[in-house]
Amino acid sequence: MSFRIVISTGSRVPIYKQITDQVRQAVVTGRLAVDDQLPSVRALAEELVVNPNTIAHAYADLTRDGLIESRAGRGVFITRKRKVFTPEEAWRRLEPLIDAAVGEAMALNFTHQQLKDAFEKKLGQWKQVKGGKPDNE
Amino acid sequence: MNEQPVILTRGLTRYFGGKPAVEGLNLEVPRGSVFAFLGRNGSGKTTTIRLLLGLLQPTRGEGAILGHDIRQLPTQARARIGYLTEEHQLYGWMSVKECGDFQSRFYPRWNEKIFRGVVGHFHLRMTSRVKDLSRGERAGLSLGLTLAPEPELLLMDDPTQGLDPVACRSLVESMIYLTRRSDRTIFFSSHQLADVERVADYIAILDRSVLRVCCPLETFRKSVQQVRLRFPGPPPPLPEIPGLLQAFRSEGELRLTCVDYNGTTEQALRTLAPVEMERVPISLEDAFISYLGERGEKSFILSETEAQP
Repeated sequence: MSFRIVISTGSRVPIYKQITDQVRQAVVTGRLAVDDQLPSVRALAEELVVNPNTIAHAYADLTRDGLIESRAGRGVFITRKRKVFTPEEAWRRLEPLIDAAVGEAMALNFTHQQLKDAFEKKLGQWKQVKGGKPDNE
Repeated sequence: MNEQPVILTRGLTRYFGGKPAVEGLNLEVPRGSVFAFLGRNGSGKTTTIRLLLGLLQPTRGEGAILGHDIRQLPTQARARIGYLTEEHQLYGWMSVKECGDFQSRFYPRWNEKIFRGVVGHFHLRMTSRVKDLSRGERAGLSLGLTLAPEPELLLMDDPTQGLDPVACRSLVESMIYLTRRSDRTIFFSSHQLADVERVADYIAILDRSVLRVCCPLETFRKSVQQVRLRFPGPPPPLPEIPGLLQAFRSEGELRLTCVDYNGTTEQALRTLAPVEMERVPISLEDAFISYLGERGEKSFILSETEAQP
């Protein structure tokens, strides 16, 4: 597997968060797929030279968010995508993109109505492709 | 799970010639934790460790280690504690192997596999003489001698001091290895916050003889917060902010580091009427330095600003 977790000390981001961020990122970008295996808590702790409780904390968060699951006697695996991000986290990631799009649209002198129409049109296209699913959840 | 703390002190105090070295220490070290004992030089860390081991008698207060009173630690309890100091008694003429053989006679539980494992991890040869070892290699040998009796509690006083980065890493790896047994407790003092961040799950901070923090590492990180306030013009003078540790002032911006940040702190900050207010994460090192450095009002940047007409 090409996926490797790399941590750095002295960061503003706690180590457990660096681990969850990297696994999330890898799942979103497809570098980790469903049924890919992650190292055990103990193995990753020794590889990264980090307290096993820190790894366990990261894995607990990822399990809670439905990214990974522990399969008895076999190890830790990426699971079928259910809810990759918490609602707050999903919004935190989406908001800057909306801000950028709206800002750019205003700078290019689009009216509110034109922008709304453009959004509606895009959403309509997406519904056709994905077979319609109005809400995120 | 064994609920009784491995180390427990209440009001532990030690004076040296009328001056407190440790004052009213309430320390609680849970079994199975990797506990980092932090503080500036001269804050009382070594005195505390010596008190815990019964090498010094307290002026007042009490303490228990592995359930035994520290004033009268029985020999069999002492044998369950590993103590790593820089001045490990090593005879220069002995070989690594001879050191192990010699030490093993004092410990019925001596585990030769662990001794060879640790010594091998530091790339020592069994035939090398102690007098020919580098500082890092001596540390490896001391660690092997301390770990081979399989202590339930490992006490280390600044174990990485003076070690090169490779030897430091070997030591930290050994600590991680030790956590394989979930009932083993490690209590160590250190200035190496990068190592602390890697291995510790609990921290305590001593500040001029007084214990200021004793909690999970993550709790400490969450309790120290930095807030950035933006203003259209020069930031207003600071009112009383609860928990303020440090303040930095620049053109149109105030950056405050606070402890126990909560609703009250936020309210106090809102009265400054900033146009924007944002909490920013802070590294462990910055949190530690804010905590133990000069407090807000004394910050030189602030006093310089306030000196202006």
